Amino acid sequence: MSEIKKFLYVNRKAPYGTIYALESLEVVLIGAAFEQDVSLAFLDDGVFQLTKGQNTDGIGIKNFSPTYRALGDYEVTKLYVEQESLDERGLTLDDLQAVVYEDEDDDWEEKPSIRVVSRAEMADIMADQDVVLSF
Amino acid sequence: MSTLHTVNKSPFATGSLESCLAHCKDGDAVLMIEDGVYGGLAGTAVADLVQQKAGSVAIYVLSADTQARGLAADKLLQGIKGVDYDGFVDLVADHDRTQSWL
Repeated sequence: MSEIKKFLYVNRKAPYGTIYALESLEVVLIGAAFEQDVSLAFLDDGVFQLTKGQNTDGIGIKNFSPTYRALGDYEVTKLYVEQESLDERGLTLDDLQAVVYEDEDDDWEEKPSIRVVSRAEMADIMADQDVVLSF
Repeated sequence: MSTLHTVNKSPFATGSLESCLAHCKDGDAVLMIEDGVYGGLAGTAVADLVQQKAGSVAIYVLSADTQARGLAADKLLQGIKGVDYDGFVDLVADHDRTQSWL
């Protein structure tokens, strides 16, 4: 078994205007099979990927926002969201959907996957990775 | 431990350069490529921001991309270094990770 590396997927684009957000999610799900230490970062327009109440019926594109809630089942449990990016867009944590995971080390207690961090903390998280994949 | 950041978008079209500069750490390097090289121009709306960051972060432009766009060396901010493709490879090799700001 090779050593576990820290992978960060950086999401900086809104969900439906370009294919980046969906592609990132697909790669995260594929990458989950490799059992690495995975984190996701949402900053700039990337924070719009996690808003609640998305309904794509009118635009003929699959609404992939529920898929974020499945990430916990793939042991992807660290979704870092940048506070300043939320602020700039008039959003608060309440505007985002709840994403939770079951913590196997704590009697499968349900815990939030979304962790709001400052821009400075986000910079620290980025600098702490072995591999950074940008979308 | 340091990071090479690449920026390939014009700072006048997206916030990629600004976001990059807001997240990079002292000792990191920023390499402007493709339309990102416009971020290296002097006298622009982002010039002060770039110049200010140039003290703690090494800033490079890919020379092939500046030349392709007719950006002469004397149009670039002071302290910005041009690199060729081999220099790009060296930068990747000299840093612990590379992060693209798309």
